[in-house]
Amino acid sequence: MQILNSSIGRKYLMGLAGAGWTLFVAGHMAGNLFIFAGPEAFNRYGHAIVSNKPLLFGTEIFLVTCLLIHVGLGLRLTLENKKAKPAKYAKKAVNAKKPSFASQTMAYHGTIILFFIIYHLITFKWGPHYDVTYGTETMRDLHRLVVEVFSEPAYVAGYVFCLVLLGIHLSHGASSVFQTIGCNHPRYTPVIKKLGWIYALVVVVGFISQPIYVFFNLRG
Amino acid sequence: MKMNLKIWRQKNANDKGHFFNYQAENVSEDMSFLEMLDVVNQDLVKQGEEAIEFDHDCREGICGACSMVINGNAHGPERSTTTCQLHMRSFKDGDTITIEPFRAKAFPVIKDLKVDRTGLEKVIEAGGYISVNTGNAPDAHSIIIPKEDADLAFVAAACIGCGACVAACQNSSAMLFTSAKISHMAHLPQGQAERQRRVLSMVQKMDELGFGNCTNTGACEMACPKDISLENIALMNRDFMKASLKHR
Repeated sequence: MQILNSSIGRKYLMGLAGAGWTLFVAGHMAGNLFIFAGPEAFNRYGHAIVSNKPLLFGTEIFLVTCLLIHVGLGLRLTLENKKAKPAKYAKKAVNAKKPSFASQTMAYHGTIILFFIIYHLITFKWGPHYDVTYGTETMRDLHRLVVEVFSEPAYVAGYVFCLVLLGIHLSHGASSVFQTIGCNHPRYTPVIKKLGWIYALVVVVGFISQPIYVFFNLRG
Repeated sequence: MKMNLKIWRQKNANDKGHFFNYQAENVSEDMSFLEMLDVVNQDLVKQGEEAIEFDHDCREGICGACSMVINGNAHGPERSTTTCQLHMRSFKDGDTITIEPFRAKAFPVIKDLKVDRTGLEKVIEAGGYISVNTGNAPDAHSIIIPKEDADLAFVAAACIGCGACVAACQNSSAMLFTSAKISHMAHLPQGQAERQRRVLSMVQKMDELGFGNCTNTGACEMACPKDISLENIALMNRDFMKASLKHR
């Protein structure tokens, strides 16, 4: 297919797959905020999600597909790009001609975020399974696991570090996808860029609030 | 002013090349960057050494021949300025200036600071033309073009094809150049007949020639001496997807 055989087509797909994850992380972050509503609300929220099989499997298939497209095409584009610029300049571009740090380093934080996602799944999704019973309903006590994990200072530090990288990745990616799919207009683009920054900031602050809250308030 | 120059010297495409240090004495702040290099070259020739080779032609910022990276910036530190229009007042007395050729796999070094930018010509050849009727020139007003469209086409047509976008891009992508050519014609009624074919074949040629992929860093737009905007790349992306889907 012509689309997949061209640099623009591949970037299009990569951008859209990234947009899928961009939307997902906001939802995930919002769900995490149930930690502030207490153990029962948090566990019931988690239980409601895993009990809804079509939603769960649908989302999982969607996310895995998006991740494979985003990472696979990203890897290919990065390797091609390295080949297209065999020699680096002795000095880097400065001042008025210096591009943003985030945009120049997407492949690097992207790689770290990929490993973080895998480690994150091992810790929580496939981590220790505790049970808790509310009334007659027994469900997974995710709250206990979260408190256990985020009582470790090293884990909290690593988590915050990776989330900041995610924020940097999103600060470019969330608005850059609009350029890739062809939306650039002098009236809207500056607004889209600002919203992209705000989106990244809200997502990161929301995510980080959980381990910080657990570490300082719920640690046993 | 006195300048310390670190200039890339390379015999040919196969030579490894490296930096040599030179000094430019009595530099006037009113000199253009190329005039300063002319003076350095004159001294070199007087001493029986080989002159530093660099591309130049019009020296008034419209031909797109000059092509060097000055202290890491294509065409030097000033925005919207070609190397030939850059003046020594942009530097301070005693500054060390690092001068390198445009670097990209698609731009092999010919000698010293001169690179082969034929790739850009090939991209234009692939689709930078329109169909016209033969015979007498048509009346100037026979095709109505709104002022706004004419302006957008003109802004894109300002691209001088110098290749600074490719040089500045960390991926050596030629998207800004190619999109300027596509956008120029896409905004005019005369460009509509080949609009789809043009974007498909120009993008294909650009990919074939070993230019990298766009990662939206915007380095090209900042380096462009003619202020070609990323808007043109968005238009090209849009047109390319439309054309790919409609293409039979």
